[in-house]
Amino acid sequence: MVPFFGWLAAILMAGGLYWGFFETPDRLSDQKEYYRIIYIHVGAAWMSMWLYVVMAAWALAGLVFQTRLSFMIAKAVAPTGAIATFLALWTGAFWGKTSWGTWWDWDPRMTSELILLFLYMGYMALQSAIDDPRRADRAASLLALVGLVCVPIIFWSINCPDPNECAALHQTSNPGGGNMEPNILIAMLVTAFAFWMYSFAAILMRVRNIILERERHTTWVNELLEEKG
Amino acid sequence: MSAISDFFHAGGYGFYIWASYGAAILLMAGEIAIIKQQYRTILKRLSRMARMNASEEDE
Repeated sequence: MVPFFGWLAAILMAGGLYWGFFETPDRLSDQKEYYRIIYIHVGAAWMSMWLYVVMAAWALAGLVFQTRLSFMIAKAVAPTGAIATFLALWTGAFWGKTSWGTWWDWDPRMTSELILLFLYMGYMALQSAIDDPRRADRAASLLALVGLVCVPIIFWSINCPDPNECAALHQTSNPGGGNMEPNILIAMLVTAFAFWMYSFAAILMRVRNIILERERHTTWVNELLEEKG
Repeated sequence: MSAISDFFHAGGYGFYIWASYGAAILLMAGEIAIIKQQYRTILKRLSRMARMNASEEDE
């Protein structure tokens, strides 16, 4: 499964970026060529929110059903999610610098995304601070679930229902109803999907490490080791 | 040659675009490299432990 998702990610990313750079106009409404940051920014921002939901869902499953694998998957999601969040902020800053003239603003969207990054980091810190893996899993999962309130806040701070109520700098993201050029939209969706595939590959690879580490006393791990030499 | 430099210049916005893409490539490639490195380390360590256990049983 890992090579499958890895190759899919690479092919989609290459195709999406080719399309995004060579088959699209140089402008996106009033924005000039710098709008091409969109192909990373949107994918990373979507992943940052979705991966948090995925992580919290596995954490909840682990707490409810007491399954070890759920906790391991939740733990494996966190670093990839944190990277996606950081990239969303980083690319957003560069985009903001060119289009708004500032790297950073305490706009609701950016502030809540920053809090999301801290939640990921808090989750990982809590995991590694507690020696007993079972207690670490439970504590960190609880944190992940409490932090889940952040995701809808981010979502609505960018897709604001009434612009008069939330004076956000961030332009609305409305792929269907917006006036986005279709080729840009296609390239954006393809690259966003590539981010998904990349995340699957990275998370599966990491979960394999965690399983090996935690299940090292079981017979199947030992049999695997004998096979691999 | 000028087509390539035009491409990287990106209408004067090259710095912003490539700083974004560079960070993405760096972080994602780095993440994969770290995970692979961990995998090799774990396998090595665990197989060493397995060999130690096996040799203890022989004695």
